[in-house]
Amino acid sequence: MTATSALPAGTAAPDFSLPSTPDQKVRLSELRGRPVILAFYPADWSPVCGDQMALYNEVRAEFTRFGAQILGISVDGAWCHAAFARDRKLHFPLLADFEPKGEVARRYGVYRAGDGFCERSLFVIDSDGIIRWSYVSPIGVNPGADGILAALEKLSAGKEKR
Amino acid sequence: MSRLAPPVSDSDHRAGPDGARVTLVEYGDYECPHCGRAYPIVREVQGRMARRLRFVFRNFPLSEAHPHAEHAAETAEAAGAQDKFWEMHDALYEHQETLEDPDLVRLAKKLGLDAIRVEQDLAAGTHADRVRQDFRSGVRSGVNGTPTFFINGIRYDGSWDLDTLLDALEEAGEKAVPPARVG
Repeated sequence: MTATSALPAGTAAPDFSLPSTPDQKVRLSELRGRPVILAFYPADWSPVCGDQMALYNEVRAEFTRFGAQILGISVDGAWCHAAFARDRKLHFPLLADFEPKGEVARRYGVYRAGDGFCERSLFVIDSDGIIRWSYVSPIGVNPGADGILAALEKLSAGKEKR
Repeated sequence: MSRLAPPVSDSDHRAGPDGARVTLVEYGDYECPHCGRAYPIVREVQGRMARRLRFVFRNFPLSEAHPHAEHAAETAEAAGAQDKFWEMHDALYEHQETLEDPDLVRLAKKLGLDAIRVEQDLAAGTHADRVRQDFRSGVRSGVNGTPTFFINGIRYDGSWDLDTLLDALEEAGEKAVPPARVG
């Protein structure tokens, strides 16, 4: 196991452009103006009902209440993501950190070099592109959505005060 | 550490004494095969711990993955409105393969419920808010799939095979002070 250190709150989120489908890309900086949730996860095709991406799919409406966009990221390729998303009826983008492998995960400090995949880790980025919350979960534990929602709530409370 | 929010209250479906030292909360989905496997285990745990355990069930239908889960949950709530929540809860887990709307109404009839009312409740979404409320509380409590268990308010990440779950519950009971009675 390789120790990783995820970028902490207060850091500018490194920009990236990654395939969301075999012929489309998503650039992080193009999502400025709304909160973004980056959910790094080890691999597509983990067991059904306890699956992290399936959970976020069900919880989507709660994220939308904060105007937030969720992006899943793993080292799987775009074709693999497409099959996985179709099978699980996922309604948000899965990004392929495939070439160079794990490059974006490395820049966020969540790549497990010895394993060849990324940590199960979460980043909530505010509308100005600053990381406001980050969390690395034990690899076998689905972190759920409570931390994300608490972070989004804090963001929107801070905005009202301004 | 993920904690149950809101805590168990009068509005929850509770089996066993409110004064029990151990409360096991399950967030579950009636169409989820893992929940189906957990069902007889929970029943066994309830049997073995008897009055020392309070069991609470909250709805967490994964509707994208399980197209019948939402109506199944609403049916359990509709049965609850006729004071037969647990009877329906058990029946749903014992008939996981047949959860189409007509099956749900048939189950209601079999349990001696006012099946027409159950059918109307389903059509009108009478209990949809309650199910949604459960779901939201689950998300806020750190539910990360189904089933997710909480033991005395703390998310239980361990295995839920019979022996491991029993051990965890007994251990929680030894540590616990008896909870204040639900007001």
